[in-house]
Amino acid sequence: MSDFVSDFWNLYVIVIVVGSILACAVLLIVQGKATFTPGKTMGHVWDETLEEYNNPMPKWWSWLFVITVVFAFVYLAMYPGLGNFKGMLGWTAVGQHKAEVDKVDAAVKPLFDKYMAMDVKAVAADKQAMEMGKRLYLTYCMQCHGADARGAKGFPNLTDADWLYGGEPDQIKETIASGRMGVMPPHEQLGADTIKDLANYVRSLSGLPNDSVRAGKGKEAFTSAGCVGCHGPEATGMHAVGAPNLTDKVWLYGSSEATITETITKGRQNQMPAWKEFLGDAKVHLLSAYVFSLSQGAK
Amino acid sequence: MSGTQTTYNDKVVRQFAVMTVIWGIVGMLVGVIIAAQLVWPELNFGPWLHFGRLRPLHTNAVIFAFGGCALFATSYWCVQRTSHTRLWGGPLIPFTFWGWQIIILLAAVTLPLGITTGKEYAELEWPVDILITLVWVAYALVFFGTIAVRKVSHIYVANWFFGAFIIAVALLHIVNSMEMPITLTKSYSMYSGVQDAMIQWWYGHNAVGFFLTAGFLGMMYYFVPKQAGRPVYSYRLSVVHFWALIFTYMWAGPHHLHYTALPDWTQSVGMIFSLILLAPSWGGMINGIMTLSGAWHKLRDDPVLKFLITSLSFYGMSTFEGPMMSIKTVNALSHYTDWTVGHVHSGALGWVAMVSIGSIYYLLPKLFGKTEMYSTKLVTTHFWIATIGTVLYIASMWIAGVMQGLMWRAVNADGTLAYSFVESVKGSYPFWAIRWLGGVLFLTGMLIMAYNMFKTMAGGKTQDMPVVAPAGHHA
Repeated sequence: MSDFVSDFWNLYVIVIVVGSILACAVLLIVQGKATFTPGKTMGHVWDETLEEYNNPMPKWWSWLFVITVVFAFVYLAMYPGLGNFKGMLGWTAVGQHKAEVDKVDAAVKPLFDKYMAMDVKAVAADKQAMEMGKRLYLTYCMQCHGADARGAKGFPNLTDADWLYGGEPDQIKETIASGRMGVMPPHEQLGADTIKDLANYVRSLSGLPNDSVRAGKGKEAFTSAGCVGCHGPEATGMHAVGAPNLTDKVWLYGSSEATITETITKGRQNQMPAWKEFLGDAKVHLLSAYVFSLSQGAK
Repeated sequence: MSGTQTTYNDKVVRQFAVMTVIWGIVGMLVGVIIAAQLVWPELNFGPWLHFGRLRPLHTNAVIFAFGGCALFATSYWCVQRTSHTRLWGGPLIPFTFWGWQIIILLAAVTLPLGITTGKEYAELEWPVDILITLVWVAYALVFFGTIAVRKVSHIYVANWFFGAFIIAVALLHIVNSMEMPITLTKSYSMYSGVQDAMIQWWYGHNAVGFFLTAGFLGMMYYFVPKQAGRPVYSYRLSVVHFWALIFTYMWAGPHHLHYTALPDWTQSVGMIFSLILLAPSWGGMINGIMTLSGAWHKLRDDPVLKFLITSLSFYGMSTFEGPMMSIKTVNALSHYTDWTVGHVHSGALGWVAMVSIGSIYYLLPKLFGKTEMYSTKLVTTHFWIATIGTVLYIASMWIAGVMQGLMWRAVNADGTLAYSFVESVKGSYPFWAIRWLGGVLFLTGMLIMAYNMFKTMAGGKTQDMPVVAPAGHHA
């Protein structure tokens, strides 16, 4: 594809680049032919003492200049630079990147193929695979989930046994490959009073201190307001829509009454990006195994 | 013209010279603070004093406040004396001083508030941009007006460089600051995408080339031969390197965008002109240093000359390093690392600051009716502290930068990255601490300079000097 909207700009670039480099050479040559009187001044004096010697330019310096000009022309013959002219080597930045990536991909393909042939649980039990998985994790995942994979506010902890979308190998793989969109809708229409009741009820589910009268009213509202639709009648959540279990001690945004009130009132939106296009199947497979391994042994 | 009635306008030179030292301290102090924030992140207090807002304050303060005041002071001093006439321009002259100070104050307020265009070295928002344009036009009128009424036929070489710097900076500022105001404090660039990036780095690199190089070469061409008491080494060399330098610099910007969405041909052109730039840059260094030939002994006990000649050595070093870093394969390693930061500071501390400091030390006693600085010994002390600080800064950034570049590209046998980014951050801490120390030393030198300056100013008579009649014209 051409970088120019018309051939005029192609020619414009070629002429102006070649012309400018030649101009440097001409300047050097023409000025080098001046008459020099080494050790004598040009005959002008400014501010009582300022004068200039009529010394020639140092030879080595002139040659340095010439060498860079020659190099410029050689480079432009070999590499893209003169408009649409591709250069004799056919080099492109995109091509260089692709060649380097292809080389590494070819070198590591047997290794990744070996793990692709194993199922996620088997890969998770392989020591070398888990070292690779950890390095992939530290490159691509830790920015959100943390170097220790314990997450942060809004970013799930991957080392516990609590899963928004399920912790089975296939579910983890689906999460990494295709990403997830987590949406808790806002419920401002319920009114501040009912929301406060709900917040107390939610806190009561995991044994946190609460106002028992409000919690009782909240329990009714939990059904009537439709919370059960996603979080379930027992409030234990639903993997299919990523609705969290409200009865455990794991909190993605926080468990204070104020935070829960905010969550119910304004809702929450969250996104796990899809990685399949960027990483490819083999790396997603290894990462799935690594993430699976993190939670093994957790209660 | 008798030359006995008229005097030079040294009031404005005096004002800018003093503010050079003051803004130098402020700008470098902010630099020391942000260097400390990298070592001790808990020093980021709230949004106002956060690294992200103080860093542009540091760059603006040292480049435009410290460097700018130094350029105003020295160019006004030089252009009057080498034109053998009083500064032309009447009320425009104080306008450039007060206008420039207001711009600096506006920068000091708006940048910590987070008011920014987001364009590096051009962060100030549109109302300030307009004020900069007005002051700059006034500056150009004063400078070229003085040249126009000069009493000698030939224009001295220093004025070529000052003139090129003034014209080019006007062009760069106006083109890169084309923006659409939305509110008083917010605007959007007229350009978008890769064109915006290209314009930005055309501006960015020429800010280095014209503000930080051509202007300071003008300074060099006046103060080095003056202080050395020797003629400029080669008139012809100054002609060639002047035209080659101002012509070639304009092309070099794309080397800031290697391996990006910028088309390959643009990157190549940027790279080859950056390499061609080596000889024109060294032309200035050679002409400055060789001016001293036959007077090398003066370096031994003249700290002002030490500053000037050392600045040229750093100039030569960073203008060798620059073309090397513009080569794509070298850039692939150095880009985005602290190597770039080190390179900038070998130019900023070693060249720009040192040549300014030397020139201001030359000016101060003359401006305040003294024969020499209050303490020459303290000038020597300043020189050594500044030199050690610069070397610590540059060396630590070289090591940190190359280490970062190597860590980022290291891969394991399985194709995964050998180091996560945070590991390269961790590895950089000792070098960031050394860099901070280098900055502290450089700032200490400026505090010594301020003390010496105020002592020199005390009780001095600030009488303007009479205009010197031009020497008899030769055939």
